[in-house]
Amino acid sequence: MQTFNFLAITPEIAVAALTLILLAMGLLIPDGARKGMMPLTVFGLLGILGYTVYDFFFGKMGPAFQGMYFHDAFADFFKMLFLVAALLVVLSSGEYVQKFPAYRGDFYALLVAAILGMMLMAGAADLLTFYVGLELMTITFYILVGYMPHDGRSSEAGIKYLVLGAASSAILLYGISFIYGLTGSTQLYQVAMGLGSKVNPPVILATVFVLAGFGFKISLVPFHMWAPDIYEGAPTPVTAFLAVASKAAAFAALIRVYLVTLENQSFAQTGIALLLILASLTMIIGNLVAIPQKNIKRLLAFSSVAQAGYLMVGVIAESVPGVKGVLFYAMIYVFANMGAFAVATYIGQAQGSDEIRDYAGLARRSPLAAAVMTASVLSLAGIPPLAGFVGKFYLFSAVMDTGYQAIAYIGFVMSMVSVYYYLSIVKVMYLGEGEGLPDIPVRGAAKFAMVFAMLITLFVGIYPSPLAQMAMAAANSLLQ
Amino acid sequence: MSTIVFFIFAILAVAAAWGVVTSKNIVHSALFLALTFVGVAALYVMLNAEFIAAVQILVYTGAVSIMVVFAVMLTLRGDVGESSPENKKWGWGLFVAGLVFVMITAVILTNADWRILEGPWTIQNSTAALSNLLLTNYMIPFEAAAILLTVALVGAVILAKGVRENK
Repeated sequence: MQTFNFLAITPEIAVAALTLILLAMGLLIPDGARKGMMPLTVFGLLGILGYTVYDFFFGKMGPAFQGMYFHDAFADFFKMLFLVAALLVVLSSGEYVQKFPAYRGDFYALLVAAILGMMLMAGAADLLTFYVGLELMTITFYILVGYMPHDGRSSEAGIKYLVLGAASSAILLYGISFIYGLTGSTQLYQVAMGLGSKVNPPVILATVFVLAGFGFKISLVPFHMWAPDIYEGAPTPVTAFLAVASKAAAFAALIRVYLVTLENQSFAQTGIALLLILASLTMIIGNLVAIPQKNIKRLLAFSSVAQAGYLMVGVIAESVPGVKGVLFYAMIYVFANMGAFAVATYIGQAQGSDEIRDYAGLARRSPLAAAVMTASVLSLAGIPPLAGFVGKFYLFSAVMDTGYQAIAYIGFVMSMVSVYYYLSIVKVMYLGEGEGLPDIPVRGAAKFAMVFAMLITLFVGIYPSPLAQMAMAAANSLLQ
Repeated sequence: MSTIVFFIFAILAVAAAWGVVTSKNIVHSALFLALTFVGVAALYVMLNAEFIAAVQILVYTGAVSIMVVFAVMLTLRGDVGESSPENKKWGWGLFVAGLVFVMITAVILTNADWRILEGPWTIQNSTAALSNLLLTNYMIPFEAAAILLTVALVGAVILAKGVRENK
């Protein structure tokens, strides 16, 4: 008789329960009471976040379910990240979601289901578990991306994401089937042992397919083509969640798959050349194409492509400091990007437009929103004393220690390029006239989310060591 | 004997798959698809994986193909005979797909190190073995798949409902 340590997956069970509760509530409560769904989701997520933080510091770690699932600080760190991102999305999207008609009242339930998929990806010790988590996340996103009623662009984005996402999943699965054929197992450590140190054509083929599948999810160039259209068409809160949490989940799984098999070299040797080229291309193309963008969501889409390139630099470092850099940067990326998207959601909702020129004079019309947007984009650009600077410092110094100088220089130069287009938003907000555009007072939960994101971005920039220590603990738990 | 049976069903599956992509009538494509699934199910039976074979017939042949036919019936306007027009750029598609096919085939055939079982898999009761695995080692993905199906169902209803109110 086998025994199961269900305590190890408490956050997952809680999130699954919250999904089902929200689904049932959506059916039971009357139309007028739908406002109450938002606080319910927030408090549910807060409770789970509280437990996960406790588990991160004091929990009893170890593999669970006959080695099919990891319960370690690395997984807990990413679970905290997903929960924080979801909380900020839910808080900043209250009024936006109210607009949906009554039959689309299950927005929060779907959002929480996506978190469950992400958590499974972060904790998966088996390619099968990972794949089911991935599909749970992406299928939920297919629905959420096409969620806007009576909006052709949202439906178009949903269909595009479905078709491209299915194709990329198929490629990923094909790669996994090669790995299974080569090693006779889908469990990560057994795969690592089975692959050994040999590099032969099937291993290369499997590596390319698996990395292509991951590349799609983290919008690595040349698999980034879907990102701008889908980011623009999707409802803004969904775009925010897609850009931040879905990307972080794919990175969590990529780091696990890539670094666990690292000690046996074969997967890593073929992977490293590919990743060096793709990460450089991602940073260059993402930043250059972002420059001429006129729509705030498209601009943030290309900026998030570029950010994936920076994160990839930390994976290439293949070291504890590198993984620590990725974890640290992914966490502050949540706050910076969520701040920017919270403003974009709020302003887009109030003005009915996502064009950057309609942000003219925002500093006068809505000083708080303008300040949050400024802090967020400057953090994304990596300007001290904001958190983004520290994050990039960790990433690039880690990769230089490993001996890849060139990619760090590409990162430096491209960060400077990115300052240009980030500042162009700031310029429009502070120097633009904005005649005839309305004043937009920021109220309620959205205000809280914006201020919170901005304060964290500032705080971590000035005093990074607590978060850095947590990231270090998580990185160590992975590479023991 | 089993080799002959294998080739009969393998050729059936591939020929039907060819019919899926070349057929001008999309309903014929759907029916060819059902035939492909039957051919693959027969191959599963020969591998002693009778549970997978039964699921393949029930879910893919029984549900998926029929659903495709229903979807076509409910949404198609105009002539069914020309419902699956050819893509003008099929030449390029053939070229690229052919290259990838040759590459993958070469890689598969030249590798001597696939983990293939020595003899045929002889466990008689694969269904019981599978059910044990699903509720022990593979419990997490199994339960997650249940949530996944629930979410997909809810999502399909939500999206479809929007279309009706839109009219």
